[in-house]
Amino acid sequence: MISTDKAALPVAAEAREFDRRRFLDALLTVGFVSTAAAIAYPVGRYLVPPDSGEPATASVVAARVRALRPNSAAIFKFGSKPGIVVRTADGDVRAFSAVCSHLDCTVQFKSDTSQLWCACHNGTYDLGGNVVSGPPPRGLEKFVVNLRGEGDDADIVVSRA
Amino acid sequence: MNVIDWVDQRLDLTEVRHFVAEKGVPVHAQKIWYYLGGMTLFLFGVQVFTGILLLLYYRPSAAEAYESVQFIVTQVQFGWLIRNVHSWSANLLIGLAFAHLFSVFFLKSYRKPRELTWVSGMLLLFLMLGFGFSGYLLPWNELSFFATKVGTGIAGAVPLIGHFSLRLLRGGDDVTGATLSRFYGLHVAILPAIATALVALHLLLVQRQGMSVPPGVEKALKPGARLPQMPFFPNYILRDVLAWYVVIAVLAALAAFYPWELGTKADPFAVVPPGIRPEWYFLAMFHTLKLVPSHVLGIEGERLGVVAFAVAALFLVLVPFLDRRASRGESSRLFTVLAAGGLIYLVTFTIIGHYAK
Repeated sequence: MISTDKAALPVAAEAREFDRRRFLDALLTVGFVSTAAAIAYPVGRYLVPPDSGEPATASVVAARVRALRPNSAAIFKFGSKPGIVVRTADGDVRAFSAVCSHLDCTVQFKSDTSQLWCACHNGTYDLGGNVVSGPPPRGLEKFVVNLRGEGDDADIVVSRA
Repeated sequence: MNVIDWVDQRLDLTEVRHFVAEKGVPVHAQKIWYYLGGMTLFLFGVQVFTGILLLLYYRPSAAEAYESVQFIVTQVQFGWLIRNVHSWSANLLIGLAFAHLFSVFFLKSYRKPRELTWVSGMLLLFLMLGFGFSGYLLPWNELSFFATKVGTGIAGAVPLIGHFSLRLLRGGDDVTGATLSRFYGLHVAILPAIATALVALHLLLVQRQGMSVPPGVEKALKPGARLPQMPFFPNYILRDVLAWYVVIAVLAALAAFYPWELGTKADPFAVVPPGIRPEWYFLAMFHTLKLVPSHVLGIEGERLGVVAFAVAALFLVLVPFLDRRASRGESSRLFTVLAAGGLIYLVTFTIIGHYAK
């Protein structure tokens, strides 16, 4: 340990001592801060979940035509999210994402009003996926429907537009 | 007014100030060994930190464990880094803990009044081995699966309570998903809770009693003379931090250049792959058990080996109470020879075990 009597030091030496201390303190600070940054950066990136949760699903078989009576609907799995396939009263088949545009609840088909309804906050959509009433800011995402096969045995193939 | 003043006015930090100003470390030729404990402690911190991060993505089930680790190392950003650091740090930690153990052994730092520090340290070493054993299974790969079968099988050789402890460890008669759940609970909850308490006790004892001065150094002092002291804050702590930086550098280099293998997923119906062996820190024990003949004097060899290791472990824990000469401050050549013998045995058997077919 250096035990010099500060008062006895000439002014120049005292200043030099002070500069040296400041320099070393700065060096240490830079060192510690860079270490912290070098650790914080990968950890921060690690905490952000990777994108691969999003499915690459292009199309799925939602149901058989036979399984859907007119004026009814069924929920199916489209990747990791629910979809809803609706058979209208006049036999038309349509499919939408069943994820409500308001707060991600799953919508259901109301056969009495022939509407899609979200039970969470009472949002309703028509069978074109457009908002009729309630808080949803946008309509439901509409899927492309193709029938593969003949008549009632046909598969309802749903794909992203 | 700065933050420290603000806290001081409310909590009165006089004692802390006093402690910080007074704490000193004796300066002598053997003080290099003082760093090992701090480095081990630092790695314990690294394990807690990276372990918590791994928990965010890991899934403890036979169906998903392997895939989740695969996900961590391939999909999650810097997931490979976190996992490699955790695996390498575990191994460095155990290596350093052994080095710490032997340095304390040779310097006789366990002698009165530090018996309890030694005992808590030995218990911590056993805990660390438990961490290693339970953590090894968690990725649920082929090697760890069969190594766990063998390891828990050894527990089954313990006389009287063997079968019971085997079932307790495995959560059934076989190594299954139930074993994985158990080892997971052990690894992330039970062992950390005990380890935290023991580390706190260990450090408290070290604080309370200060650093031990080796008997040789003490004897060389002139009567009435005192060893020079170095202030802990900031002189010694900065040296400690320097040692930690060395650890970080080694760890980062290992993690970046020698990724820890994931292997293939465990399949309980697959044949055992050749060259199945435990982690290096169990190799000496593993190889010794291989060498013991199947029957010695009518007793099952395996059983005899396990009992011998238990006795050796108990002996190690009790060293400060058995080494009376060191307690009186006399030199105890016998225990130095025992420590050297133990060290030579561990090193040679680990090396032989590594190369043995």
